[in-house]
Amino acid sequence: MKGYRKYFGKKILWFVITFIVAVVLNFVLPRLMPADPVAAITGKLAEGNSDASAVAEIYERYQKEFGTNLPMIEQFFRFCKNAIHGNFGLSFSQYPRSVSNIITSAIGWTIALQFPAIIVGWLLGNILGALAAYIRKGYDKVLLPVALFLGNVPAFGMAVVMLVIFGVYLKIAPIAGGYAYDMIPHLSWDFIKSVISHYQLPFWSIVLVSIGGQAVGMRSMSIYELNADYVKYSRFLGIKDRKIVGYVFRNAMLPQVTGLAMSIGTMIGGALVAEIIFSYPGLGSTMYTAVTAADYPLISATTLIITIMVLLVTLFLDIIYGFIDPRVKAAQFE
Amino acid sequence: MKNTLRQVFHSSKFVGGFTIFVLILLTMIIYPLFNPGNPLQQIGVGTFAKPGTYVNLYDATKAPTETFRLEDAAEKRMANSLSEEDKVAMVEWFTAVEADISDLDTSDTDKMLEMWEQYYDPTVKPKGMIRAKINYYKRLDNALKELGSGDTVIIADKDETGALVETKKILDTDYVNTNAVANVKSLPLGTDNFGRDVLKELVSATGTSIRIGLIAGIVATLIGLTLGLLAGYVGGFLDDFIMFITNIFTVIPGFVLLILISYSLGQEQRGAAVVATVIGFTSWTWTCRSVRSQVISLRNRDHVNLSKLSGHSLFRIVLTDILPYIASYVVMAFILQVSSGILSEAQLSLLGLGPKTTEVPTLGLMMNWAMLYSAHTNGSWWAYFPVILTITLISFSLNLMNTGLDQVFNPTLRD
Repeated sequence: MKGYRKYFGKKILWFVITFIVAVVLNFVLPRLMPADPVAAITGKLAEGNSDASAVAEIYERYQKEFGTNLPMIEQFFRFCKNAIHGNFGLSFSQYPRSVSNIITSAIGWTIALQFPAIIVGWLLGNILGALAAYIRKGYDKVLLPVALFLGNVPAFGMAVVMLVIFGVYLKIAPIAGGYAYDMIPHLSWDFIKSVISHYQLPFWSIVLVSIGGQAVGMRSMSIYELNADYVKYSRFLGIKDRKIVGYVFRNAMLPQVTGLAMSIGTMIGGALVAEIIFSYPGLGSTMYTAVTAADYPLISATTLIITIMVLLVTLFLDIIYGFIDPRVKAAQFE
Repeated sequence: MKNTLRQVFHSSKFVGGFTIFVLILLTMIIYPLFNPGNPLQQIGVGTFAKPGTYVNLYDATKAPTETFRLEDAAEKRMANSLSEEDKVAMVEWFTAVEADISDLDTSDTDKMLEMWEQYYDPTVKPKGMIRAKINYYKRLDNALKELGSGDTVIIADKDETGALVETKKILDTDYVNTNAVANVKSLPLGTDNFGRDVLKELVSATGTSIRIGLIAGIVATLIGLTLGLLAGYVGGFLDDFIMFITNIFTVIPGFVLLILISYSLGQEQRGAAVVATVIGFTSWTWTCRSVRSQVISLRNRDHVNLSKLSGHSLFRIVLTDILPYIASYVVMAFILQVSSGILSEAQLSLLGLGPKTTEVPTLGLMMNWAMLYSAHTNGSWWAYFPVILTITLISFSLNLMNTGLDQVFNPTLRD
C-alpha cells in the first residue's frame, strides 16, 4: 500500500505543478505577445468610429475591465481569484451572458460526446488490433491497411464525410446541432429522442477515427508480446494457448493505457474541431464562435477549461494504470 | 548505410508509403508547369461551378459545324433537361390516372417518356388536382414535345437600325469540334466559393501544407533532439530540469497552446511560416522523450566510454558515437511530426486561426472556406472531398513509411 501512496502522491504533485504552469501560460501567453489584446478588441469595437476621445474611452474601459493597467503580478492574482470563483467576465460576442454561463452550458455536451466516443473507439480498436495480431493471415492483411487509412483520416474529415453520406444524402440523421432547433432543453421523451438522433453522427465519426490508430498500436504491441521469450517458454511447458493469449493481451494492453493518456490531448483537440462541423453545442463550437467574434474572455476561459479537462483525464488514467500494472508501483522503489 | 537503405526499400510498407508521397510531390511540381498562374485567381464569377469541361458558347456558335444524325441525341437531350422534380411530378400523374407504376424506375428516362406519351392526356382532369398543377403538367408536356420536335435556335445580330437580322441557324443535329472552339476550359474539380479553380488551388495548397509540415517537423525535431540528447547524455540536474519541462508540456495539450499563441499573434502576423514554427514549438515533447530514453540506454556502451577516455569533446561524442545509433528513431519521429504538423495546420485553420488568407492557400484554409460556404450541405463535394482525401493520403503515406521503418529497425515487429 505504501508503494501506491507514493505513486499516487507523486502523480498528484505532478498534476498540481502542471496545473499551475497551465494557468500561468494561459495568463501569460496572450500578454507576452506584441499585439495588445485590449487594443485589438477596441479596434474591433470602434470600427468606423472617428471620434478619437470616444475610442480612447472605450480603450480605457476595457483596460479597467481586464485590469491591464495594473502591474503583471497583481493582474495574475486578480485573474486567479476570479477564476477560482468561476468568474471569467462577460462575453463580448454573446453580451450580456457571462463566460462561465456559456461554458457551463457547453461543457456537458462535450463530455457526454467525447468521453464515451473515445472510450468506445479505444476498446474497439484494441479488440480489432489484438485479433489482427492473433489471427494474422488474410484478416491482418486487410485490417492493417484499412486501420492505418482510417486512423489517418482527420477527425473533421470523417465528420464531414459522415455528415454528407448519412445526413445529406441518406437523410437518416440530422446534420446540425445537439437537438432539434424548435426545442428548448427540458426533460421529456421527445427531447431525449432528439438528442440521441443528433448524437449519432458526431459519436460514430469520433469512434471511427480513434479505432484506426488504436488498432495499429495494439496490433504491433501484441505481435511484440507474442514473439517474446516468455511466450515461447510457456509453449514449451505446454500451457494452453488460451491462457497464454490472455497474458499476452494483458501485457499488450498496458502500454495502450499509457498511449491513451499521452494522446488524449490530441484526440480531444481533434474531436473539438469535429464538433464545429456538426455545430454541436459543445466547447469546440463555443471556441469557434469565440474565435470568429474575437471574443477574448471566452477564448481564454475555453482553453483553460479544456486544459483542466485533459489534465484530469490524464491523472485519472495514471491512477488506473497504477492499479492495473504493479510494475509501475514497484518502479517507485528503485 | 547502403545496406540499411536497401533493407528499407525492401519493406513493402515503406515502399508503398514512399510511392504515394513521391507521387503527391511530383504532382505538386509538375502540375503548375502545365497550368501556370496564380492559384488564388478568381476565374469564376459565381460560386461552386461543377467539375467538367466548359466550352465557350460565344466561340462555339462561330465555329464551323458538322452534321451528325445520332439516334439517341433527342433522348439524351430530354433526359438532361428533365429535372428530378419533373420526374416526381410525372410519377404523381401516373398515380393520379391509375397507371401501373409497380415496375417503374425513375432513372430510366426512356421508359418514363414512353409512359408519359401513353398516359398523359391534357383533357383529363384527375380528381382533387388543383388548377395550377394541371397547368404545370400542360407546360411540362409542351416542353417535352418541343425538345423532341427538333426546333432550331436562331442567332441574330443587330444591324444599323437596331433590328435583329438572322445570321445563323443552329439545328439540333449540328456539332462543333471542341478543337475548333477557341476557348475551352477544363475544370476537373470545378470552382470553389470564390470562383477559383479547385484543382489548381489544391495543388498549390498541398505544396504549402507539406512545407508547413516540414518546417514544423524540423523545428520540433531539432528542439526535441537537442533537449533529448542533453538530458540523456549529460544527466544530473540538466536531465531533471529538461524532463520537468517536458513532462509538463506533454500533459498540457499542444492544441490549446497552439490556439492561445495563434490567437495572440493576430491575423496579420500569421504567415504560413510563422504558423509552422508555432506548431513545431508546441509539439517537440514526444521526440524529446524518446530520444532521451534511447540515449540513456546508449550512454554506458563501451564505445562511448572509450571516446570519453580518449578525451573527445561532448559535442563530438554526441555527434559520432550517439547520433548514428538513434538516427533511425529520429527519422521516424520526424516523419510523424511532419504528418501531425499538416493536421495541426488544418485544424487551426478550421477554427479560423490559420495562416493569413490573402497570400497562399493551404489545405486547412480550403477546408475552412468550403465549410464557411456550406459546401457540404449544398452538394459541392469537389470543394471539400479532394482536400480531405489529400490530407488523409499524405498522412497515410507518411505513417505507412513510418510503420515500414519501424519493422526494419525493430526486428521483433516483423511479420
